[in-house]
Amino acid sequence: MRGPARPKWAVCVVAVVLAATACGGGGRVGGPNAVVRASWGDPQHPLEPANTNEVQGGKVLDMVFRGLKKYDPRTGAAQNWIADSITSPDQQNFTVKVKPGWKFSNGEPVTAHSFVDAWNYGALVTNKQLNSSFFSYIDGYQQVHPGTGNPTAKTMSGLAVKDDRTFTVRLSQKFSTWPDTLGYSAFYPLPRAFFTDHAGWLKKPVGDGPYEIDSYTRGTVMKLRRWDGYTGADKAKNGGVDLQVYTDSNTAYTDLQAGNLDLVDDIPTTQLRNVRKDLGARYINQPAGIIQTIAFPMYQPRWSGGDTQKVRQGISMAIDRASITSRIFRGTRTPATDWTSPVLGPHGGFKAGLCGAVCAYNPAEAKKLIQEGGGLPGGQMKIGYNADTGSHKVWVDAVCNSINNALGNDKACVGAPVGTFADFRNQITGKSETQPFRAGWQMDYPLIQDFLQPLYYTDGSSNDSHWSNTEFDRLVDRANAESDRARAVSEFQDAERILAQQVPAIPLWYQNGNAGYSANLTNVALNQFSVPVYNDITVS
Amino acid sequence: MGRYVIRRLLQMVPVFLGTTLLIFVMVYALGDPVAAMFGDRAPDPATAAMIRHQLYLDHPLWQQYLHYMGNIFQGDFGTAFDGQPVTQLMGSAFPVTLRLTLVAFAIEGLFGIGLGLFAGLRRGRLADTGVLGFTLLMISIPVFVIGYLLQYFVAVKWQLANPAVADGAPFGDLILPGVVLAGVSLAYVARLTRTSVAENSRADYIRTAVAKGMPRRRVTTIHLLRNSLIPVVTYLGTDIGNLMAGAIVTERIFNVKGVGFQLYQGILRQNPPTVVGFVTILVLIFLLANLLVDLLYAVLDPRIRYA
Repeated sequence: MRGPARPKWAVCVVAVVLAATACGGGGRVGGPNAVVRASWGDPQHPLEPANTNEVQGGKVLDMVFRGLKKYDPRTGAAQNWIADSITSPDQQNFTVKVKPGWKFSNGEPVTAHSFVDAWNYGALVTNKQLNSSFFSYIDGYQQVHPGTGNPTAKTMSGLAVKDDRTFTVRLSQKFSTWPDTLGYSAFYPLPRAFFTDHAGWLKKPVGDGPYEIDSYTRGTVMKLRRWDGYTGADKAKNGGVDLQVYTDSNTAYTDLQAGNLDLVDDIPTTQLRNVRKDLGARYINQPAGIIQTIAFPMYQPRWSGGDTQKVRQGISMAIDRASITSRIFRGTRTPATDWTSPVLGPHGGFKAGLCGAVCAYNPAEAKKLIQEGGGLPGGQMKIGYNADTGSHKVWVDAVCNSINNALGNDKACVGAPVGTFADFRNQITGKSETQPFRAGWQMDYPLIQDFLQPLYYTDGSSNDSHWSNTEFDRLVDRANAESDRARAVSEFQDAERILAQQVPAIPLWYQNGNAGYSANLTNVALNQFSVPVYNDITVS
Repeated sequence: MGRYVIRRLLQMVPVFLGTTLLIFVMVYALGDPVAAMFGDRAPDPATAAMIRHQLYLDHPLWQQYLHYMGNIFQGDFGTAFDGQPVTQLMGSAFPVTLRLTLVAFAIEGLFGIGLGLFAGLRRGRLADTGVLGFTLLMISIPVFVIGYLLQYFVAVKWQLANPAVADGAPFGDLILPGVVLAGVSLAYVARLTRTSVAENSRADYIRTAVAKGMPRRRVTTIHLLRNSLIPVVTYLGTDIGNLMAGAIVTERIFNVKGVGFQLYQGILRQNPPTVVGFVTILVLIFLLANLLVDLLYAVLDPRIRYA
């Protein structure tokens, strides 16, 4: 086999020569001006605050913008940031005072107008913003965003600017924790340039955060640099961040190992086995505000009528969450025992074990309950998932296997892959699912309300099960109207207990955030949205 | 010759129309892309309707196709899912893939023909068996296995090259993905050349050339190789298209933001303008490469004439 050795060897020689010239400039210097090279994925939509609903675009917005509130990266508590105060006498009418001295990186001051104009833009239906529903609590939303037809107003009547530093908000219902939602990116302020030169702004967004965008080559790299005019308390401790687009998280991981990348915030599943050996203490695995569930199509009589809640409870008990999370996910998921997330903390509403026996693995009881409930509808269940992203097949098969074992029937449960995510979502939103399907929820803001109301309230924005329960709705309404935080949380938990009886969705596990970084970085942490806290990273 | 070329070029028009229609229908059949834009959240019906209207999705399929074709003839290939014009995507993706293809093609041509000639001249001996074994290995191992292995050993373990291709795709970074991309084709080229050379080396004209005292080098390169290359050139010509379109796996492994990457994104996001636009250009490349191959026959073998 002398022949084959030749070409490869020749390539290596050429590679050495080229590597020497290409990386010869090498010797990266650390210090406060050094730049962090981090992995990134191409944002799926143009980078507008109210139009960004996925994590890659969200990363950039969180570096370039600051809003009225900011979530503490460790505790998740919503702190006043640009807001001086947000007060309300009745949990429905709010007065927001903006701190003086805040500026956008183009020099324009951040005023009450910057917020009100941005929110009105985000809500107006003709601007086609994907996150417009976040403004639906504000009075006058129906006029700028009617279900069908043209809007009858351009601005929401619930928003009024009093002076440069003050504006008032009138909500359409009582919502005591509404101020805590204002750290979400949809609520960021916008400079005048956004409205006067929209195309130019999209090419190079301008915000009021610790970084400004130096250059943006779509699909390749975005170079962010520290904005020295930033006056907030969370100034960037590095010179900037280069977000490099990777099409495959495996390649990003390899590039980290080869020293061409400093930070990877998505460890590929295939590498989880090696990651501790490869990175040691430079591997982060910590809870994030993400929960995975299996939702039932409650609009199908076969899954909702009569005694079927026993079937749903039984299916939940038949799933061996502990084995699946440790064997398949290697500790990057934690078995779920309620419908929220540990990142909320006990004060925020997380309550381990709230689900009770329903979420505990008990195959004998599971079989009994399913039989009492009339057995699986049609004798067999399927779990729908999308096959294009997220490698769901592995765990869906494991869950089905667990159910099959409990029932002693090889064909009781099978996976039902759908080709693309788009098609999968179409089937769900079109109410054409006849079988249970996977559902995931990443929180928008660290509140128990965000884990319950959008998902299980009647006609909630992500109520994929189309489950409806008057008692649950009543408890959520009451919790929202409650001015005392602890009482509100306990009422939300009362509502959650109804989920434990009815099980419109089976909680599977809480998902962790994963990241790995190179030896020259320190102070690397993930926030509760599993996004690195870029401004705290130091390079040595 | 000229009339032949014109006829071939005219034949491309119906092929162009047919492929765009087929691809358009196929992407359309994947379903409505708007729901996926909202992630795990149920789409707000009013916003979704606005987006559908903007993307011309609220019209029947045949109207969408006519609208799309009408725009193409005005040089507008539509916009990708993130609002970027598809022509811009093409402008950034095709040069990158072309560079990768050139590198792979050079490796494939050089080493493939070289190995084939080497083996063909030593037919039945150890060197020949070795080349055959090596090519068999290359054909049977999937591309992604070779890709990840080479990436790990060459780039991470021995630090000889970069595991990912940097912005602008410098040629130095493209050698490793080029080797991976060329791998299978290289094996086929080597085998084709070997067979052809082995057959022709016993032909009468070679014996004559050797008998009249021609230097061995001249016999091999001018007489033997030139006549043996006809089937190889056919293969290489069609392979240009394959290399450009088939780089999806390799481009993914080495983070090359070329045609394969954009196609993958387009399919994932169900964006017809991206997919149809890129595939159309690829079809044109296939057609032109085939034409070029047919014309090259005449150059290699003067007995072939086109009218």
